[in-house]
Amino acid sequence: MRLWQRRAILLFPYAWLLLFFLAPFVIVVKISLSQTAIAQPPYVPVLDVSAGWAGLEGFFSALSLDAYRLLVSDPIYLLSYLKSLTVAAVSTVILLVVGYPIAYGVARSPRHWQPLLVMAVVLPFWTSFLIRVYAWINILQRDGLLNDILMRLHIIAAPQAWLASDTAIYIGMVYSYLPFMVLPLYATLEKIDMTLLEAASDLGCTPLRAFWRVTFPLSVPGITAGVLLCFIPIVGEFVIPDLLGSSESLMIGQTLWTEFFANRDWPVASAIAVTLLGILVAPIMLYERLQRRQLEMFE
Amino acid sequence: MVAPPPTAAGRGWLTTKVGEMDKPAALLRIENVSKQFGPLTAVDSLSLEIGHGEFFALLGPSGCGKTTLLRMLAGFETPSSGRILLDGEDIVAVPPHRRPINMMFQNYALFPHLTVEGNVAFGLRQERLSRAEIATRVEEMLALVRLKGFNRRRIDHLSGGQRQRVALARSLVKRPRVLLLDEPLAALDKKLRAETQFELMELQRKLGTTFVIVTHDQEEAMIVADRIAVMDRGRLRQVAPPNDIYERPNSRWVAEFIGEVSLIEGALRAGGILDSVFGPLRVPPNQTARGKVWLALRPEKLRLSTTRPEGDLNALSGTVSEIGYRGGVSIYKVRLADQSLIKVALSNSGPSSRLEVSIGATIWVSWPKENGVVLTQ
Ligand SMILES: Nc1ncnc2c1ncn2[C@@H]1O[C@H](COP(=O)(O)OP(=O)(O)OP(=O)(O)O)[C@@H](O)[C@H]1O
Ligand SMILES: [Mg+2]
Repeated sequence: MRLWQRRAILLFPYAWLLLFFLAPFVIVVKISLSQTAIAQPPYVPVLDVSAGWAGLEGFFSALSLDAYRLLVSDPIYLLSYLKSLTVAAVSTVILLVVGYPIAYGVARSPRHWQPLLVMAVVLPFWTSFLIRVYAWINILQRDGLLNDILMRLHIIAAPQAWLASDTAIYIGMVYSYLPFMVLPLYATLEKIDMTLLEAASDLGCTPLRAFWRVTFPLSVPGITAGVLLCFIPIVGEFVIPDLLGSSESLMIGQTLWTEFFANRDWPVASAIAVTLLGILVAPIMLYERLQRRQLEMFE
Repeated sequence: MVAPPPTAAGRGWLTTKVGEMDKPAALLRIENVSKQFGPLTAVDSLSLEIGHGEFFALLGPSGCGKTTLLRMLAGFETPSSGRILLDGEDIVAVPPHRRPINMMFQNYALFPHLTVEGNVAFGLRQERLSRAEIATRVEEMLALVRLKGFNRRRIDHLSGGQRQRVALARSLVKRPRVLLLDEPLAALDKKLRAETQFELMELQRKLGTTFVIVTHDQEEAMIVADRIAVMDRGRLRQVAPPNDIYERPNSRWVAEFIGEVSLIEGALRAGGILDSVFGPLRVPPNQTARGKVWLALRPEKLRLSTTRPEGDLNALSGTVSEIGYRGGVSIYKVRLADQSLIKVALSNSGPSSRLEVSIGATIWVSWPKENGVVLTQ
């Protein structure tokens, strides 16, 4: 391979990030520092390159942190962030508790079954996400399938209101994100050499001890990947809380949607997005550091 | 001292003749053990006794059931039938984690998430010993396998030979009654393997632990082991000290499996005479067998000469068909009257020992009668 070709290949991911992440992000940051206006686009200042140096100066002096001040002063935003983080944390824990045994079961089943079982885990993806969430509305509503079954089994006497509650949000989240937890876990569990478990049992471990001393520490990279893949998108999730949750307390994605579409307040919507990114970058960096230290941690 | 001193029985067990009254009970008794994998019989009603402090080798071609037998001793496989006794107690129902037997795995099976120290201490942590005690025993063990100072090293930062020693230390630190080693040196290069063989022997002598080693390298088995069991298709062909296996194989199969051998078929008659296609040949005295037998001749026990040798020797004439120089020895293949080939190894111990012959030359192969072994099967 020629040198320039090699350079081009190395540059490609950076170019991609620049074009589709950094550039839009800079625009969003810029909007978040603007003021709303009845105009097209609905904010000022707008950068006017044709005005030259003076225009640029005028533009920068007109930028302000007003949108961020609003975020701090009105508790509705803080509550939304907290709600999102709580929902994401609880959902991720449930996903881990539910997903780990599934991934473990698939990884330990006969080799020729495994592709089929993995397929079963991803099968829901073959229908549209929206249709699946609407299906849950059907199941969870007052005269829906869930109440029907629970009443027939005499577990409840009267129909319960499942829909428009946090329970419904958690059901929707766990259902929708399960493959994102199971797949990375399966990938690491499947790679673990079975003779390591034999060695552990040879050295005095019961099967349960061998799990905690060998399988679990070796699956930590999968846990990390699964947790990140679930936690981050759940924090910003909009569709599931909007369709299944109540309108009393909003997740941050819903608040952002309201600011953007209902209030046409682009600067505040942008400020919410920028802050959200700031909140999410912290755990990602933390995980990255942890991942490097993990190996030593589990000694 | 790392382990209790060898038991009083020690190596003496080996020399004790079967039937003597003071013969101590074997440490490990395998009684009619079979293992079936579906229709396949991997181990076929095999019986074996292994003594206290013995270095025992299981030798056999690939797929003969060596690993399966070892895994049954470790507890990873349950025999389909038969008993395994350790110190007189049946351990078939005892799970691996409660057997006082440790295994060194062929691929070492070291824990990649732990350091050298973490690996060696793994089994001790399970015994709920004090931190201080664990640390001392790990230190002792690392010193014994010459890995002092490697405590905090990660497994993937070790060479193959170092990994092998971590695996050895990890399985020995628990002071097992029996250490099982499945092809422990197979992954090492030839030179390192030779060194490690002697280290293993020294270690075993120091600790007095019973070692059961699986190998398909016959040379390795002969070097390290006190006794060798030659296995073939799930059964034992012969169990004897290396010297006996080589000098007195009990069958053509064993003779051909261990080292090189030429066989001459014939009928044995009174007076220590074998009637073969080459005429009567003398065999070692006191043969009890009669009828069809085979005379086994090791290449290094034969001599070559350009003229018919004098004296009380068996001698066959033939033509030189191939000469292979191997440094220490030269191998001559001689075609005999019946067109069969016989192999002769001559030591290149001095200039005079070189035989000045060329391919196609007529030559005499000879041996004193004691150098042949009569095999009945
Ligand atoms: N778990 C298993 N299931 C089915 N067959 C098996 C199993 N383990 C071993 N076998 C079969 O049993 C036979 C003996 O295998 P084993 O591994 O004991 O041989 P080995 O003497 O150790 O051979 P090698 O020198 O190649 O390691 C082989 O034919 C093997 O295919
Ligand atoms: Mg094997």
